Amino acid sequence: MSAAATTTLPATPAATAPERRASRAPLWLILPALLLFTGIVLVPLAMTVLLSFHDWGQYKGIEPVLVLKNWHEIATDPYYAEMFGRTLRIALITTVATALLGAPEAYILNRMSGRWRGIFLLLILGPLLISVVARTLGWALLFGGANGLANKLLMSLGLIASPLPFLFTETGVVIALVHVMMPFMVLSVWAALQRLNPQVEHAAMSLGAGPLTILRRIVLPQVMPGVLSGAIIVFSLSASAFATPAIIGGRRLKVAATLAYDEFLNTLNWPLGAAVAVLLLLGLILIVVGANALVERRYAEVSP
Amino acid sequence: MTTPSRSTTPLLELDRVAKAFGSHVAVEDFSLAVAPGEFISFLGPSGCGKTTTLQMIAGFLAPSRGTIRLEGRDLTQVHPSKRGLGIVFQSYALFPHMTAAENVAFGLEMQRVSRSERTERVRAALAMVGLAGYEDRHPRRMSGGQQQRVALARALVIRPSVLLLDEPLSNLDAKLREEMQIELRQIQRNLGTTTILVTHDQGEALSLSDRIVVMSKGRIEQIGTPQDTYERPASAFAAQFLGKTNDFSARIEGASPARIVAGGWSAPAPVGMRGPVTLSVRPERIGFSEEGLPGRVAARIFQGNHWLFQCETECGPAIVVRPNDGLPQPGEGEAVRLAWRPEDMSLRAGAAA
Ligand SMILES: Nc1ncnc2c1ncn2[C@@H]1O[C@H](COP(=O)(O)OP(=O)(O)O)[C@@H](O)[C@H]1O
Ligand SMILES: [Mg+2]
Repeated sequence: MSAAATTTLPATPAATAPERRASRAPLWLILPALLLFTGIVLVPLAMTVLLSFHDWGQYKGIEPVLVLKNWHEIATDPYYAEMFGRTLRIALITTVATALLGAPEAYILNRMSGRWRGIFLLLILGPLLISVVARTLGWALLFGGANGLANKLLMSLGLIASPLPFLFTETGVVIALVHVMMPFMVLSVWAALQRLNPQVEHAAMSLGAGPLTILRRIVLPQVMPGVLSGAIIVFSLSASAFATPAIIGGRRLKVAATLAYDEFLNTLNWPLGAAVAVLLLLGLILIVVGANALVERRYAEVSP
Repeated sequence: MTTPSRSTTPLLELDRVAKAFGSHVAVEDFSLAVAPGEFISFLGPSGCGKTTTLQMIAGFLAPSRGTIRLEGRDLTQVHPSKRGLGIVFQSYALFPHMTAAENVAFGLEMQRVSRSERTERVRAALAMVGLAGYEDRHPRRMSGGQQQRVALARALVIRPSVLLLDEPLSNLDAKLREEMQIELRQIQRNLGTTTILVTHDQGEALSLSDRIVVMSKGRIEQIGTPQDTYERPASAFAAQFLGKTNDFSARIEGASPARIVAGGWSAPAPVGMRGPVTLSVRPERIGFSEEGLPGRVAARIFQGNHWLFQCETECGPAIVVRPNDGLPQPGEGEAVRLAWRPEDMSLRAGAAA
């Protein structure tokens, strides 16, 4: 699902005739990569799709027949609708939150002077160097029960009267996911900010625009493609996230990834797990490709 | 070429302006008075402080010393957005997410000009720069020359008191650059907008300006009309930078009447100078004649409408340019004598480097 990172490449202008000829020549050069891709991505994927049509029984195990049983179950049992709805909701709220927090963060970072910028960039990107599991366990400790640090702090500040449940709630999952995903948003917006011509802001200033107008009418529209491609990355990573929902959400709050995991490893109902995984993948591909097409059409003039 | 009379009160005044970046002095002791409607060029090599000076006028940089006055008002505390200057940047700095018309309209929106008047003025401005019909194009879909015109229209539509241009033509190819030069001059003449142009292209400065400010290493070398600066360069730098020139070591000899002597060439000397001098003559002002500075043609190069001769003389190498008028020209290796009229040379004290 990290394929999302490559889907936002700006459209290149139509190649001229000699360029096209040159680009066709080394086609065989990508053959090894193509073979590898087929071997480790396409074949297992096809096998998973096939698996989702197999039958399964508590005592007979997997039966290699073609039935729609799993798909029928997912389509009719409201449990799956609720679970997929929760997955999308968590991913969507996480995406919006990272965008709202990450875009200003990147902007402020970009305005800082050299040394401070280095320090803060390290602070923001540093978490990428730590395992997601370790980071999420950290949140679990902060959230943990009525005695969790987060609740103690909020209560001592007088913001809440009684402890809020964080563990095993969507709120908790979203908070931890926002923290995990933030670097991707900041990096994406940061890259867009780097491409801004600083003279453009000067030009707006010389035409009489104040700082807020420049931010709203000049900077934001140009950075928007960066925010949106960051959003696509964060959304697809959040929707398919496993470690964070598994640790914070626990066994009670299932999302698509943790459910598929459970079917595979606990129930041993591989075909049903495969159906859940395939549906998640299809849904994500649809959303990401659709969003990407929208971004490219809407911002064709801005993307450099 | 008409020079606006100096008696009018200056529109823009720079008074001993200086700018230092840390210990590096980028501009020093820059004083200039610009008359209303005047077209001034800052001319100098890359890194001599032209952009820095322009940015101080625009307000993007604060001077380290000195004051800048616009219509008698001190600009030091005035924010760039309140100066009312039109600026065309070297990179054009168009708003990439806006159409040509939206780009041009932006300044008018900031001035809260009514929608109907805005539409009319944007249309007129784009028509003025020859871009009627391009209103809805985005900058990315325009050529360099067209983007340049949008930038010019955007700066002019707000009716700026001074138009600042930072190497606006340097990204264009030679032919387009020449066209834009003519057009820029015509537009400036028609509108009468006081203009400051930054350029490192001496041809551009000579053909466009009322006055040229020749700069070197953050200092003003000379301020004068194009003809003045070309024909009577105030320094070796100005002479070298404004086209090719020949420097000969000469001497002032004798007294009343003193004569200036360069090898076999001599002429009556101006009063007040003595000893070794540097004599500077433009290549196109030197002719071959019966008497004069003896030399030999080392190389002869045909350049279409003129001939270029590289000569060796007893006062050093010399370049001579003669029009291709169909008359016979001396060949390579031929002995010649170089001569020029006294009014075509300029003199500086001290020997040539
Ligand atoms: N922001 C800056 N910080 C430090 N040095 C600068 C800065 N801007 C310009 N300079 C220096 O000042 C000098 C003049 O620069 P500039 O005005 O851009 O020259 P020009 O426009 O004539 O090519 C150069 O030596 C340049 O390196
Ligand atoms: Mg410059």
